[in-house]
Amino acid sequence: MRISTEWLKEWVDSGWDARQLAERLTMAGFEVESVEPATPAMGEVVVARILSCEPHPDASKLQVCQVEDGSGSPVQVVCGAANARPGLVTALARVGATLPGDVQISAARLRGVDSFGMLCSARELGLGEGHAGILELGNGYQPGDSLMKALALDDTILELSITPNRGDALSVLGIAREVSAISGRPLAAPPVPRVAATLPDVFDVQLEAGDACPTFVGRVIRGVRPDASSPMWLQERLRRAGMRSIGPVVDVTNLVMLEMGQPMHAYDLRRLQGGIRVRWARPKETLRLLDGREIALEPDVLLIADDSGPVGLAGIMGGEASGIDTETSDVFLEVAFFQPAAVAGRARRFGLQTDASQRFERGVDPELQERAMERATALLLEIAGGEPGPTVVSGTALSGIERNPIEVSIGFLERRLGLQLQAEQVVDHLVSLGMQVTQSGTDLRVLPPSFRFDIALPEDLSEEVARLYGYDQINPVDATVGQLAAASSEARVPARRYLTLLADRGYQEVISYAFTAKEEQVRMTGEVGLVELANPLSAELAVMRLSLWPGLMATLAGNVRRQRDRVRLFEHGRVFATDCSERNLLAAVAWGQALPEQWSSERREVDFYDLKCDLQALLELGNNTGEVRFAPASHPALHPGRTARVIIRENPAGWIGELHPALLQAYDMRSAPVLFEIDIDLSFMSEPPVYNGISKYPSVRRDLALVVPESILLDQILESVSVSSGSALKEVRVFDVYRGPGLESGFKSVAMGLILQKNEGTLTDQEADSLVASVVARLGSDCSARIRN
Amino acid sequence: MELETLLEGFLSRIAASEDLAALDAVRVEALGKKGAVTAQMKALASLSPEGRREFGARINVVKERLGDAIEARRAALEAAQLAQQLAAGKIDVTLPGRGQGTGGIHPVTRTRLRIEEIFAGAGFSVAEGPEIEDDFHNFEALNIPADHPARAMHDTFYFPDGRLLRTHTSPVQIRALREGKLPLRVIAPGRVYRCDSDLTHTPMFHQVEGLVVDEQVSFANLKAMLAGFVEQFFERPRKLRFRPSYFPFTEPSAEVDIQCVLCDGAGCRTCKGTGWLEVLGCGMVHPNVLSAAGVDPERWQGYAFGMGIDRMAMLRYAVNDLRLFFEGDLDFLRQFDRG
Repeated sequence: MRISTEWLKEWVDSGWDARQLAERLTMAGFEVESVEPATPAMGEVVVARILSCEPHPDASKLQVCQVEDGSGSPVQVVCGAANARPGLVTALARVGATLPGDVQISAARLRGVDSFGMLCSARELGLGEGHAGILELGNGYQPGDSLMKALALDDTILELSITPNRGDALSVLGIAREVSAISGRPLAAPPVPRVAATLPDVFDVQLEAGDACPTFVGRVIRGVRPDASSPMWLQERLRRAGMRSIGPVVDVTNLVMLEMGQPMHAYDLRRLQGGIRVRWARPKETLRLLDGREIALEPDVLLIADDSGPVGLAGIMGGEASGIDTETSDVFLEVAFFQPAAVAGRARRFGLQTDASQRFERGVDPELQERAMERATALLLEIAGGEPGPTVVSGTALSGIERNPIEVSIGFLERRLGLQLQAEQVVDHLVSLGMQVTQSGTDLRVLPPSFRFDIALPEDLSEEVARLYGYDQINPVDATVGQLAAASSEARVPARRYLTLLADRGYQEVISYAFTAKEEQVRMTGEVGLVELANPLSAELAVMRLSLWPGLMATLAGNVRRQRDRVRLFEHGRVFATDCSERNLLAAVAWGQALPEQWSSERREVDFYDLKCDLQALLELGNNTGEVRFAPASHPALHPGRTARVIIRENPAGWIGELHPALLQAYDMRSAPVLFEIDIDLSFMSEPPVYNGISKYPSVRRDLALVVPESILLDQILESVSVSSGSALKEVRVFDVYRGPGLESGFKSVAMGLILQKNEGTLTDQEADSLVASVVARLGSDCSARIRN
Repeated sequence: MELETLLEGFLSRIAASEDLAALDAVRVEALGKKGAVTAQMKALASLSPEGRREFGARINVVKERLGDAIEARRAALEAAQLAQQLAAGKIDVTLPGRGQGTGGIHPVTRTRLRIEEIFAGAGFSVAEGPEIEDDFHNFEALNIPADHPARAMHDTFYFPDGRLLRTHTSPVQIRALREGKLPLRVIAPGRVYRCDSDLTHTPMFHQVEGLVVDEQVSFANLKAMLAGFVEQFFERPRKLRFRPSYFPFTEPSAEVDIQCVLCDGAGCRTCKGTGWLEVLGCGMVHPNVLSAAGVDPERWQGYAFGMGIDRMAMLRYAVNDLRLFFEGDLDFLRQFDRG
């Protein structure tokens, strides 16, 4: 909200300059986002009256004007504005003046006629968009006076950010009340005299939704001059508040809203039929808004209707059919109080955010309506004439809101704030905010003013007290905390540990959005039952991810496009199943060279087993050795022969594999990346290690070269070795896998070293030999293995 | 004088040996079983006992001298051989090491972990909650009923069934409170979502929420905690400015500005010339929130705070564009691999 410091000063004189005012308001909860002059600097621009206008001898659109500028002798100015006419009081930029945009005014000859200055439009002066003609100041301005002074342009605008709880502060009055409370200076509300009716005319109003609209003040004004225009001061007030001038009737209603915070609406009386009904919408009703849009109404929308149907959204926006136009002379003014709950959320539903809805949603003072009507009437009559009917109050006059007193003790406030308080000072602060306070000792009974919709609890009062003392008056105090308050557990591997492990193995962490494009998701998961957003930002960010792979692949592809020859990425985060359940996953992708390009290592592409080594290192963190299996499997995004499911303690816990060759083209890659993805909760469960003794006896190594059918997996061989060798088997080292000459096709040779050792006693050669013999026999029956010659 | 001639001859041959093999050949020729010196021993038998003693002593001197000369020569030859081997084995120690490089942790994760560690030092544990939330936890229980104007400040992503992506980490407050273990000190870092995307907003970002509930907790304690955190995070004292503000779930509420970390308050582009950076929102937990979570507000009170992790990372590491965090460009990310 934009507040003019000049306007504010009419209500309260804080004694502060604009900077101090901004600082104090900010520290009281009204954040000032900017402090700017009301108008760009202008030089010698004065009020001037046109004395005469003659047509330019050589230019049909120009006039040669003689202008009174207070200097005593007329000044000749050539002017192209159509509204330049004798008697018009306007603005003259004298020779030597500088206008906004760094326009220098100098003496000129225009088609052979001398011109000493320029008559200016609003736009040329930086006073708005008006450029149809030169400024029309109206009466009451003295030629020769500086325009800055005449229009009080030496003004500063504060841009305030008003929090949603403070609807009462959305006006000059509201801010003035706060400034008065902070500064201790009195609030000088200008008097609003009643305007006596000169007509008996009234317009029927029925409140059919009395709970939603307990008060409706209406007034008929006839004979308003349709050709009247708003005076410069009014246009300026609107402009500085960020509003455009429309015409006197609308301008007056807007001014009253800016001044008092009470939204108003003006109807063209000719266009209203029968009487006004304030009621809830009926099924299938529609309304064409002032902005031209037709909206469909629902039964929880509060309407202003006449006999023909809806004419406006109560408290939000009027309808097109009954609005003021350039021919309106008979007006019906509405000043109503709508309950916040009856308005809240409706504007947003229709994609609207209006000055009226903003105020009604947050709460308008229910005791303000009649005063606002009198103020608007007086202004309108002064500017555009007309004959007023009587002010008619429908419903309950005055407070439509029931207020309950709040009981609060000084001790409660002190405990909550951690600040020592003086009861008298607390009472003073609350009273300065318009609260009625009854004090008995350190117990207070507080009745908040009608305009404060945010004060209902003792806690609410604690903020008011803290605000007026100043948050900076509360000294930081360390709390006493129990020692070792935070629980610590080794049951899970800490995130830092496994993230660091991947980083140390050359992977760079990335963070992708948790939503992706549908086709990318389908491509990388094969799943079509997806969690789709109802209101995505774009089709690329429309479905919740089921896997981290779509994001990782997109990031990988982006980096490959940036000409890298080796990329390793990882990511951890939530994925979302179709029932909206969430899992924490950790995924990685490796692409390109197995090693960074270097002088003494062979160049080769990264493969499944490079990635598997990293994954196994990760899984060992979770104490999972022996509980992890890699089972051949198929996955829609992976190479059918190079895919494994990661199985931990017999639970499927993830996938590892090489990207399916058919997907390479989609990612514009020449070689396939390898990927894994694991469930963090399943993978990183851990128990504290338990010491298991160290054997004092030497170990024996026996090498076996087996020939087995291709279809036999290493896991089958290891299982067979394990069950047949018993506790003496410490380790199996697979040191060669061979296919080719010397072997029948369909067979492979697997060479392994068995490390054998006993915990008690030396393993003899004889024992080792018999152990190996039983292993070989078992391998023969389990895996059709034979010893290679 | 045959013996002395023999000695001189062998000594000069020892000195002339070019390698260990040649030296060994000389040793065998002189002192081996069939060596020349050994042969002299046979002459002893034909000598008188006196002559035997005298000649035997002379032979021993010769054997000793030859033995010493051979050992000295062997040591010299071995030393020369080692020196040669070492010279041949010289490498260029400035060539780079072999194998893998390292990667790194994302600056936002790094910041999150750091924040967690700082608060762990103050006795906070880490709590989590779902990212797909319901209206109750994200709004209703936080004192933001339907149609509340504060909802307009949250551009919420919805699902067709009415669920939503959490717009802040505050719903974790409700979940932590509902577990009922009081007193409570938790932080809840995590991802949050708003339908907003421009130069300074991304539709997903990170927040950390803090919540302390105890029987005696005041706004003054909150100020001390945050001042301590900010000083630890930036590793230098910062002035803090608490401004009254509004969050439906706290009362009183405050926004916290800190002295600009780039210009120390002199005014710069990052702080828009004000010398202050708005980094935190906080306040005393609203009694309606405690009640909604089944906690007796007459007995317990608490404070809560929240901040943007991405924003803290930007300030800490001088990153000037939020979107860089989510674009995955290695040229950007690799700059945070140190430390």
